[in-house]
Amino acid sequence: MKQIAHDQPLLVAEGLSKWYGRQIGCRDVSLALYEGEVLAVAGESGSGKTTLLQLLSGQLEPTAGRVLYRMRDGVTRELAALGQAERRFLFRTDWGYVHQDPVLGLRMAVSAGANVGERLMAVGWRHYGRIRGTASSWLDRVEIDRSRIDDAPITYSGGMRQRLQIARNLITQPRLVFMDEPTGGLDVSVQARLLDLVRGLVAELGLAVIVVTHDLAVARLLSHRIMVMKGGEAIETGLTDQVLDDPHEPYTQLLVSSILPP
Amino acid sequence: MSGPTYNFAYLDEQTKRMIRRAILKAIAVPGYQVPFASREMPMPYGWGTGGVQVTAAILGPDDVLKVIDQGSDDTTNAVSIRKFFAKTAGVRTTTCTTEATVIQTRHRIPEAPLGEGQVLVYQVPIPEPLRFLEPRETETRRMHALAEYGLIHVKLYEDIARHGHIATTYAYPVQVDGRYVMDPSPTPKFDNPKMNDCAALQLFGAGREKRIYAIPPHTTVVSLDFDDHPFERYRFDAPCALCGATDSYLDEVITDDEGGRMFACSDTDYCEKRRATNRDDAVPGNGPGAPAMDAASR
Repeated sequence: MKQIAHDQPLLVAEGLSKWYGRQIGCRDVSLALYEGEVLAVAGESGSGKTTLLQLLSGQLEPTAGRVLYRMRDGVTRELAALGQAERRFLFRTDWGYVHQDPVLGLRMAVSAGANVGERLMAVGWRHYGRIRGTASSWLDRVEIDRSRIDDAPITYSGGMRQRLQIARNLITQPRLVFMDEPTGGLDVSVQARLLDLVRGLVAELGLAVIVVTHDLAVARLLSHRIMVMKGGEAIETGLTDQVLDDPHEPYTQLLVSSILPP
Repeated sequence: MSGPTYNFAYLDEQTKRMIRRAILKAIAVPGYQVPFASREMPMPYGWGTGGVQVTAAILGPDDVLKVIDQGSDDTTNAVSIRKFFAKTAGVRTTTCTTEATVIQTRHRIPEAPLGEGQVLVYQVPIPEPLRFLEPRETETRRMHALAEYGLIHVKLYEDIARHGHIATTYAYPVQVDGRYVMDPSPTPKFDNPKMNDCAALQLFGAGREKRIYAIPPHTTVVSLDFDDHPFERYRFDAPCALCGATDSYLDEVITDDEGGRMFACSDTDYCEKRRATNRDDAVPGNGPGAPAMDAASR
């Protein structure tokens, strides 16, 4: 087992709620995430998964509650109290965000190398050769052929785009990665390969990941812990295998039983 | 019948005041794009409506105006803007760089060094250097505000990845005073070093995009690059066919349909001055100036 270096959680959410006018987005969600831990947020469409992810990553302002993050210098700070510059810096260095649709997370018109290298340039790298070298080694790690480095992602297949998006996010060695349905829209064999890759990288880099998914198989494969959401509330939380093998809540039982037996 | 009468320099005083406020702000924050309420001008967008408004706002009765288009004093755009201000402001116009106090330019900086007391007014089509990578104005403004300029290097990276070198030859991005990244308007990158520590005030006006920005005199202007692919000036490797200059920016002129071409100074004033001095030299000594004249007369 990998030794967890710090016993302090990396990310803490306390009583997060979000109302869209009279519409509830998510209600009173609390969680703590430790380094190297993968948390799956499962539930059907409209259950508040994506709202929760956006609240946790500081893209949405919560109506109530707060999010705390332990920065690289070891100081735990409240997200809402960070300045915009700090938050954006965090977003492109210590965090990653993998969108369901790679078009949102990539610059489709510029080459794969520039896509992967963008974060390095954003943190001040000014040596073309080194940027390119690091970018190609990351292409290797996500199993994209180096000869495709100068091609624009528009020429890539869906699975390759998603792998490219992952490389682009991981190049600055983030500690926390948010994933919003990373395998949505991919066919089953490509999904399996991507999950395999993500699982390898997560273990290798000791990443903390919050992965939003409606696919319980993804949760089972990737995550240590799972949070099941319904109607904006977290109804069941626990170790993934435990929750999926022995669901307590009727809704979770329904979800689990709705998976077709292999 | 008497002809139409114009307010001095065409624009009304309130408008000029508004533009001057924008200019002052632009000078106070070098390289920052100040929004202003751009007016309709009696010329189409793309012909220098931004530059004309800036010129109109700063022009005084004692000013001497020079207008160049791609370095040339005698192209349509330059001639008509010069005539426009001669008519509406009655100011003296000139083609001589050193004589002028206000120089409105499209796409070039004159070869003759500019001095104190001179103002260079650029016509700018697209003021936003990040535009082609980030289409959202809200986002580019935020990036300027937070000095997040990684993206501009993505553009240069793309150039090297595609062409093996930085292939951007005009509108080459610069950083002004160590802070704002700025589009120097579509001047050739040959002119970029002239912006650095320039004694003259440089003003940029974009009419359609409604932005004014400025480089105050003696401000540091750095062309962006990579450590292993430094900024390089580009110039055709030839002397000017008319004046023999080896240090000026050249235009390529196609002379026939069989691949014939010649290179000539893009700055016509510079070229004419050189030819005039060469002729003076050539007459008594019958010597060094002669080859250049031969080239011209062929």
